[in-house]
Amino acid sequence: MTAVRNETEIDIGEAGEFAGPVPGAGAPHLPQQPDLVQLLTPEGERVENAEYPLEVSDEELRGFYRDMALVRRWDAEATALQRQGELGIWASLLGQEAAQLGAGRALEDGDMAFPTYREHGVAWARGVDPLHVMSLFRGVDNGGWNPVQRGFGLYTIVIGAQCLHATGYAMGVQRDGAESAVLAFLGDGATSQGEVNEAMVFAASFAAPVVFFCQNNQYAISVPLERQSKVPLYRRAAGFGFPGVRVDGNDVLAVLAVTRAALRAAREGQGPTFIEAFTYRMGAHTTSDDPTRYRLAGEVEEWKLRDPIARLKAYLSRSGLADAAFFEGVDAAADELAVRIRRGTVEMPDPPPTAMFDAVHAEQTPHLAAQRAQFEAYQAGFEGGAE
Amino acid sequence: MANATPVLRRFALPDVGEGLTEAELLQWLVAVGDTVTVNQPLCEVETAKAAVELPSPYAGRVVELLVEAGATVDVGSPIITVATGDGGAGTPEPTGTGLTGETNANGRTAVLVGYGPRNTEARRRPRRTPDDAPDRAPLLATAPDARSKPVRHGGLEVGRQAEAAAIREDAASSAPVAPGRRGPRPLAKPPVRKYAKDCGVDLATVRGTGPNGVITRADIDAARTPPARAEMAISALAGEQRIPIKGVRKHTAAAMVASAFTAPHVTEFLTVDVTRMMKLRRRLAERPELAGVKVSPLLFVAKAVLLAAGRHPMINSSWDEAAQEIVVHGQVNLGIAAATPRGLVVPNVKDAGRLSLAELAGALADLTETARAGRTAPADLTGGTFTITNVGVFGVDTGTPILNPGEAAILAFGAIRERPWVHKGKVRPRQVTQLALSFDHRIVDGELGSRFLADVGALLADPGAAMAF
Repeated sequence: MTAVRNETEIDIGEAGEFAGPVPGAGAPHLPQQPDLVQLLTPEGERVENAEYPLEVSDEELRGFYRDMALVRRWDAEATALQRQGELGIWASLLGQEAAQLGAGRALEDGDMAFPTYREHGVAWARGVDPLHVMSLFRGVDNGGWNPVQRGFGLYTIVIGAQCLHATGYAMGVQRDGAESAVLAFLGDGATSQGEVNEAMVFAASFAAPVVFFCQNNQYAISVPLERQSKVPLYRRAAGFGFPGVRVDGNDVLAVLAVTRAALRAAREGQGPTFIEAFTYRMGAHTTSDDPTRYRLAGEVEEWKLRDPIARLKAYLSRSGLADAAFFEGVDAAADELAVRIRRGTVEMPDPPPTAMFDAVHAEQTPHLAAQRAQFEAYQAGFEGGAE
Repeated sequence: MANATPVLRRFALPDVGEGLTEAELLQWLVAVGDTVTVNQPLCEVETAKAAVELPSPYAGRVVELLVEAGATVDVGSPIITVATGDGGAGTPEPTGTGLTGETNANGRTAVLVGYGPRNTEARRRPRRTPDDAPDRAPLLATAPDARSKPVRHGGLEVGRQAEAAAIREDAASSAPVAPGRRGPRPLAKPPVRKYAKDCGVDLATVRGTGPNGVITRADIDAARTPPARAEMAISALAGEQRIPIKGVRKHTAAAMVASAFTAPHVTEFLTVDVTRMMKLRRRLAERPELAGVKVSPLLFVAKAVLLAAGRHPMINSSWDEAAQEIVVHGQVNLGIAAATPRGLVVPNVKDAGRLSLAELAGALADLTETARAGRTAPADLTGGTFTITNVGVFGVDTGTPILNPGEAAILAFGAIRERPWVHKGKVRPRQVTQLALSFDHRIVDGELGSRFLADVGALLADPGAAMAF
């Protein structure tokens, strides 16, 4: 939704240097990366990878298309709602649908995921109602879903903090002797955070059943990856003592295969894996950000050629797995979803001021109860009583 | 869900960033009478953070555009009226629980009659004045728009000071707060505030009768039936044009006021015979090293300044009031004042002293070209240590330049004209120019300023003197 202004396109300073060849599975003229796992090319051709064989049914393939299209529509509606004053802020996942749906669908019942604040696609895959995410960004609550029920933690705004939670949780799983795995989400910028590195040290030392799923969308807000790391991120894993894999983050099938394998290894007691999903944030960091200030429009155009949804659509159409009626049906469902999200969001009642005391602890402590009573008395002191 | 009769809905400017208070409406993308759909872009706005499009929350017909393109709008002010009711897809019916445009955070809906005056009345966060000196408040009050963008991270204390200064200023004047005037936060207890909000009374319009001017409940009651407010009558002089102060103009104004009233300026003048320089210019322009670059008189002035600054490092320094130190810069970041379609900007060449003449020529050309195209990167606009302003290009002889804030000196370079000049004992037509050096007398005394200016003049009069530098 951010308008591109010609005059700001040029003034991007050092970030412009990044506009050179983007290493990755891209347009044919770009150098191919031997290490990148890819099962579906940007042109929509299915390729095999000996290390990551993947069997997917036609129904699953169509499901992935549908999921990604619906999540993208949700994202667009949320961005618009923010621009209309209905959300405080929105962090768009545009361009990262494949990374999130592929990872989200790799999870099994009993697995636990710890998201950042951008994992709308994973939330979708875990069955979280979009309105429960919207309520968070509207400032109504802190996220309306039950993390235990959904196997999906609450959004974490603090960069990288969830990696410690994930490692700790995984160590708990280990001690329970449970057969489940933990998936920690993080971005490229978070790899520079102390707690992410601490989490990886602990995960390695205890061979905790955790997979670090890093969506490298190339920018930590405005800072390009090259300024965060002198080596490709997946190679950092070697320093911690566990495998690192780079996967085409815009290839939902490759993400599914790689994440599934890593989670299986974790469940089998082989310890952590670091996955670098090589992708691109097509939109702004959040609705408060203007990406034209730090990156070139040409770079965005380049990445449009690697769109995760377009390539699956090309594959589905070409292989006759879906026809026009299917795609129209998905579009209609997306519009319906958008209407439901819009209506649900604008009609959300404001919570009572005392709601903030409700979920601090599982049980009300005497101290908390006293605070609540004091606050209620204060509210009642206003003309007309508490709102 | 569709209503048979159209319902008028107003869309208020939302806070599209985090904690922004206003935005400039760059352009409308719809016109009165247009049919719009939900999420159709209505207009483009620019905030302190970004230029973005605002999508329509309603489906319907545009009835009225409440703000003109180019205007700065406070967050919460209605910008457009749309007639809905034709059951546009995705348009939920209002529930009365805070739908956009119906009420704003200040609860001012009830008194929405005319938009212009109300807009200027909107309360906003305290703003930072250029140097936060309380005694400067009256000065700034005459040009409130010279204040910079809202204070955000780490600026709370600054904001509080500005607010305190505004309150002092207000206390000094016994005049009642006039509508439309940006005053301090009115004093009232929280329950009274709530009461005022419920009654739709804007506290800023209420005169407090309690102790220390605190607004009481009775004051709210009295204000509930206010006398009809006189329309703001501005007698428009024939042909008068009113240009909003914003953008580069706003920034320039703030910078110039800050500079002129902070650094005691002294200006010295020197008239120089630059005939030899102009001859050298022609010779140099033929050299292969300088092929393809513009060998302008400005280039010689820049080179002379750099050489002279090497001899007088104090001319290339800053006054650090907070630290009580004079900062003598290790390199010259040479600023060139450039007139651009958007106004005056002063981009600078970083560490210009290390550049060869050809490199300097290239850097100057790039700088001014980029500036005129309006594409100067923010980094090129900050960190300057000395500025040259080439008033000569406008055919002007000289002027008294105002320092670029934070710099100790600025040199104005006038037009080069043929003049009668005593040369080798005879009056000859010679190419003559005038230099004017303004300097910050806190740092630079008359002696240093004079020596520096004389050196620059000597280098222009006899470029061969550079050999001695």
